[in-house]
Amino acid sequence: MAILVIAEHNNGALGAATLNTVAAAQKIGGDIAVLVAGQNVGGVAEAAAKIAGVSKVLVADNAAYAHQLPENVAPLIAELGKGYSHVLAPATTNGKNFLPRVAALLDVDQISEIIDVVSADTFKRPIYAGNAIATVQSSAAVKVITVRGTGFDAAAAEGGSAAVEAVSGPADAGKSAFVGEELAKSDRPELTAAKIVVSGGRGMGNGDNFSILYALADKLGAAVGASRAAVDAGFVPNDMQVGQTGKIVAPQLYIAVGISGAIQHLAGMKDSKVIVAINKDEEAPIFQVADYGLVADLFEAVPELEKAV
Amino acid sequence: MKVLVAVKRVVDYNVKVRVKADNSGVDLANVKMSMNPFCEIAVEEAVRLKEKGVATEIVAVSVGPNAAQEQLRTALALGADRAILVESNDELSSLAIAKALKAIVDKEQPQLVILGKQAIDSDNNQTGQMLAALTGYAQGTFASKVEVAGDKVNVTREIDGGLQTVALNLPAIVTTDLRLNEPRYASLPNIMKAKKKPLDVVTPDALGVSTASTVKTVKVEAPAARSAGVKVKSVAELVEKLKNEAKVI
Repeated sequence: MAILVIAEHNNGALGAATLNTVAAAQKIGGDIAVLVAGQNVGGVAEAAAKIAGVSKVLVADNAAYAHQLPENVAPLIAELGKGYSHVLAPATTNGKNFLPRVAALLDVDQISEIIDVVSADTFKRPIYAGNAIATVQSSAAVKVITVRGTGFDAAAAEGGSAAVEAVSGPADAGKSAFVGEELAKSDRPELTAAKIVVSGGRGMGNGDNFSILYALADKLGAAVGASRAAVDAGFVPNDMQVGQTGKIVAPQLYIAVGISGAIQHLAGMKDSKVIVAINKDEEAPIFQVADYGLVADLFEAVPELEKAV
Repeated sequence: MKVLVAVKRVVDYNVKVRVKADNSGVDLANVKMSMNPFCEIAVEEAVRLKEKGVATEIVAVSVGPNAAQEQLRTALALGADRAILVESNDELSSLAIAKALKAIVDKEQPQLVILGKQAIDSDNNQTGQMLAALTGYAQGTFASKVEVAGDKVNVTREIDGGLQTVALNLPAIVTTDLRLNEPRYASLPNIMKAKKKPLDVVTPDALGVSTASTVKTVKVEAPAARSAGVKVKSVAELVEKLKNEAKVI
């Protein structure tokens, strides 16, 4: 068996989710190649070559792949993918964007967001917002799969010495163009990779009040997340949203502040090792999943917690 | 321009689903069903495009059981002009649904196809992208803003680090994210009027579409339950437990 892993990157640095995807590939077993498609991605390819367990790095360096527009990268991946038994990509917004297009070009079904590998053709994935776990088996010649990062421990970023090989594919399909992007700036750790996450919900009242969460997060070296209610109310930008429709996190410690715990939110964080809930409503559903619950006014409890840690 | 909107009948998002005792799936008997929330946003966007004078006709399509006519009637009550049901009682994969939608796209020749980004039952997030691949159209997934300008559509997409804008040649496929819009409610007079709007029923066979799948579900289980936690009385006790018991800070 040979497995092709599509690297997550921003042309400058290799995305952490790539390491979890390589770990999933290791669990399937076989020869692992990593494809880096982008523009001026020499550094990314070097980083990918160092991942433990990777035997080959394919580099497709072309202006058409700079922003990984699916119209351009999907034909490239589908063409390369024909030579592999499995094509894996991280279940990031990027991976979710181009990989189903690849699967359809190969005329196979895709398996989304696997959290475990049972065997080379059988995988586990959550459905119904994580309220059920389905075991699915694929008979496709090429198994096209996205991998939920939090389901797999990251592969070692150092220790490998894979050969780097240039590949080429179709040029710009001319159907779409990148116009611009607006990225939220943050000095804190990335939400999906952080060991500790502090999240605020509607109970925060407004965006300014998030400052008490930022202070606590900085003390703990944590990332700050939010519930959909907090995002919809305009307190914080939507890339902070944790939940079924936002980011899926599984940190060592998740502190939910002023979050009631709707099932859509729980789907994004209930695999955290330890969950702490701070809420003044004793009946909030979040207390049913919290390891430690504190019924208190968050505006008193959070500053006190910040002083105590 | 003609806009095609795909809608799916799913278990209502407020229902807490239970896994069947024989692990064959989740129990959907006597459970409330609704239009998938992301599909509601897709219908709303199409209706807004019509209100702006960009869209001239809205065709709602569903691929699913006969009962999905209810969701198509809802789409009609919200402002769609006519509806098509591709009727199949089998549980279809995203690829099979994309192939059925492709057959409808070939027939109807819409300039824009709007779908939800994912259905809240299968959580696949595949159909729109697959339809784009099959038709060869450009795709604008996870859209939070859609602006049609001449023969292009500018789509602002929600990506991991923030927002990204792409310009797509028409015809194109767009999938909706939560913040694209706030769907309206159907009014009673519109619900009555929707009953008279045309709704065609076809089968995948009649469209010449194969619904075979390369993936089968072996079993469905309940997720591992978390052990019950404790309520602490003070912040001091919480910090003590996190340090000494859980050892996470």
